[in-house]
Amino acid sequence: MKKLALSDEILLKIEKPARYIGNEVNCVVKNPESVDIRFAMCFPDVYEIGMSHLGIQILYDMFNRRDDVYCERVYSPWIDLDKIMREQKIPLFALESQDPVRDFDFLGITLQYEMCYTNILQILDLAEIPIYAKERGEDAPIVIGGGPCAYNPEPIADFFDIFYIGEGETVYDELLDAYKENKKQGAGRLSFLERAAQIEGLYVPQFYETSYHEDGTIASFQLINSHAPSLIKKQAEMNLSDTVYPQKPLVPLIKVTQDRVVLEIQRGCIRGCRFCQAGMIYRPIRERSLDFLKERAYEMLKATGHEEISLSSLSSSDYSHLQELVYFLIDEFGTKGVNISLPSLRIDAFALEVMSKVQDVRKSSLTFAPEAGSQRLRDVINKGLTEEIILKGAMEAFQGGWNRVKLYFMLGLPTETEEDIEGIAVLSDKIAREYYTIPKDQRNGKVQIVSSTSFFVPKPFTPFQWTRMATGEEFLEKQRFLNGKMREQLNAKSIKYNWHEAEVTTLEGIFARGDRKLCQVIYDAYKDGCIYDAWSEYFDYGKWLKHLEANGIDYRFYTSRERKKEEILPWDFIDAGVTKDFLWQEYEQAKQGAVTPNCRQKCAGCGAMTFGGGVCFEPRRKEGAND
Amino acid sequence: MIKARVKFNKSGTMKFIGHLDVMRYFQKAIRRADIDVAYSQGFSPHQLLSFASPLGVGLTSDAEYMDVQLNSLSSPEDMKQKMNAVMSMEMQILEITTLAESSKPAMAALAAADYLVSLKDGYPAVPDFEKRFQEFYNQESILITKKTKKREIQMDLKSYIYKYAYTRESFYGKSEETSAITTAQEYKNGQKVYLQLICGSVVNIKPEQVMEAFLAYLGESYNPFAYQIHRMELYADTNAPKGEANPNGCGKERHLVPLSNYGK
Repeated sequence: MKKLALSDEILLKIEKPARYIGNEVNCVVKNPESVDIRFAMCFPDVYEIGMSHLGIQILYDMFNRRDDVYCERVYSPWIDLDKIMREQKIPLFALESQDPVRDFDFLGITLQYEMCYTNILQILDLAEIPIYAKERGEDAPIVIGGGPCAYNPEPIADFFDIFYIGEGETVYDELLDAYKENKKQGAGRLSFLERAAQIEGLYVPQFYETSYHEDGTIASFQLINSHAPSLIKKQAEMNLSDTVYPQKPLVPLIKVTQDRVVLEIQRGCIRGCRFCQAGMIYRPIRERSLDFLKERAYEMLKATGHEEISLSSLSSSDYSHLQELVYFLIDEFGTKGVNISLPSLRIDAFALEVMSKVQDVRKSSLTFAPEAGSQRLRDVINKGLTEEIILKGAMEAFQGGWNRVKLYFMLGLPTETEEDIEGIAVLSDKIAREYYTIPKDQRNGKVQIVSSTSFFVPKPFTPFQWTRMATGEEFLEKQRFLNGKMREQLNAKSIKYNWHEAEVTTLEGIFARGDRKLCQVIYDAYKDGCIYDAWSEYFDYGKWLKHLEANGIDYRFYTSRERKKEEILPWDFIDAGVTKDFLWQEYEQAKQGAVTPNCRQKCAGCGAMTFGGGVCFEPRRKEGAND
Repeated sequence: MIKARVKFNKSGTMKFIGHLDVMRYFQKAIRRADIDVAYSQGFSPHQLLSFASPLGVGLTSDAEYMDVQLNSLSSPEDMKQKMNAVMSMEMQILEITTLAESSKPAMAALAAADYLVSLKDGYPAVPDFEKRFQEFYNQESILITKKTKKREIQMDLKSYIYKYAYTRESFYGKSEETSAITTAQEYKNGQKVYLQLICGSVVNIKPEQVMEAFLAYLGESYNPFAYQIHRMELYADTNAPKGEANPNGCGKERHLVPLSNYGK
């Protein structure tokens, strides 16, 4: 029997022991003795969430292709096991070998959302790795972070040795080779970090120092090690049809959030919604070829036995060969009981035709993400969706037999007025009214509209990175106002309104545009028991407020403050391709409610062309085509 | 449509995977092996699989049974090989038999089960275990209280413990060499008992209940973590075709056959 780090008794006492035993289908087994580098790849949340993440599967596959590397996985132990590990002093272990993580060469942590920050500290703590990078000795693993939150790594800068800015496919090989070389020469940790700092895209936070003005803004961000560059250039994989992609993804032994084959059809987005960080940092849009996708779809379904395949991208409708790909999947796999899931699809005739083929119309719902309630505000955020398109799409769907609609909106967008908020209720009602124009005998029962709002959090590398975020009180006021308006609508009974928690949004806003002063706050909150902040049952806002205050921080400095153009932003040392000038210009455009055409219509000169590929070099389509 | 009965084992770390996840595991393994399984009709078709008796988390087994309906089948041996190639070494198919069209599902045919209950190392042993267990069994009746949602009922275990032994040889009446390979884990302390218990939809007795009663008889409490329970076989009773609980049900003698030999 495979060696396990936990005893039978512990495994049988905790929830879902399968989270901790490894042994999944397609799990990579290597002899740890016969590799040069042991890499622990961590998603700092519970197993079911972490196992659903495509990025880790890509990197796991990529690292393990190397004979000299054994990449294993680690997830956050759930609260029940966390307690036992602390009581019994069991060090955190990797799933494959069940060996302690502290004995590995690297600990890689993916940073997918801000609310996982305390879980990073939990991982380090349970692994018995010093939480602060500066306290780590020669034998501690190199702790490296990557993912969307690495685009502003400053609130967690003190806990990492290296941040990888950009897409993982590009410079990991170089980094691993440098590590081997450094080890061979018998050089130490500092020497390795200096080598790493010279690799494009890698940021070693301890080589930089920040000083602040009296008002808390950044006075300077300076190099204190000559090996480090002053600007870190984001990494992008420019040939997505000739790169690593798992052929045999891991299949967990228990049900996880994303229990299906995920086919990433393209990376990036042409739309340029001004609130959307992903739409900016993954520029330029790059498509994978149809042949590549067909082949991978076939291989992955065969190797996993999954009964569902899902297309992944920021806006699937913009993929050039979408129809061909979707019809291929339906013809090839639809008859074999494979579900085909198409998220982020714009509702149009094609989408409705496909949806009626792949799902039960009576049970499924249509999803629209207008994001804002009025055309004025949709223009501010550059969301190209118009009321006309929504109503037309909804009507076609209603005629096709659908009667459920989901709508997603944000509250607290820049320049938002009460009229814009009321627009959310009015639009929800208009869709219901549209439904009831269909003669009664042709309707499929009552219409159900579910409108959800989240609160807008300004993110780095978006045109709204300078904007003032609403306060918790303002958010709640907006929510109450909207709730009242929803009730006033003619079809109020057909509309269900869902909302999001305001407190957790405030904390997300603090971290999103935070600086290094927050490291201490995160440390203190963690030591005081904050963990799994993304889980509402564990989120303790009171503790966070306490530690912000104890550290002399007025959090409104990070959230509810309009920044000036000249201000040094904590993430200014990162060159994400999209220039600060472009973002500012977009911010100005937003304030005037002026729309910027998408990348395929007209180049907006964002700066992403420096990557030398993608949409920036496609022949421009005719005005209005594809839209 | 072809009906087939799949016998498989479950050992090692796979014991931590619960019944619903084992079902999901098979659904995916069947796809990986490209078995021509039959699906239900409708918008969310599912494979036509049914399991004889869900095994609890933490238990291991040499004899799990799953009935599957197939559109076509090359040969049982070929299917077994294809499936084993894509399954965990800790969960492997032992035997596939085809069933008569009219055969009852494994779940409905279930009449008895064999278990091995072993003390795990590191937990206190029962002094004179074998002697004490015999004393326990030799009582006139073994009364236990079974708690249901609404009430407590008293039942006598005695007639439901069909047999017991301390070695596999005496349990089955044949030598170790001629017995099938078992995946049951062995423990250094050597304290173990083999039990044959009634099971099925009419009366179902779990080995945990027997051990709990035994320890209560000794004046001690049962620690569920101290024992490893391993299922060894599942049986149908050819003399109780409606699933009556013998010997109280149909009044005939029991005639137990492993589920893999039933319904051909």
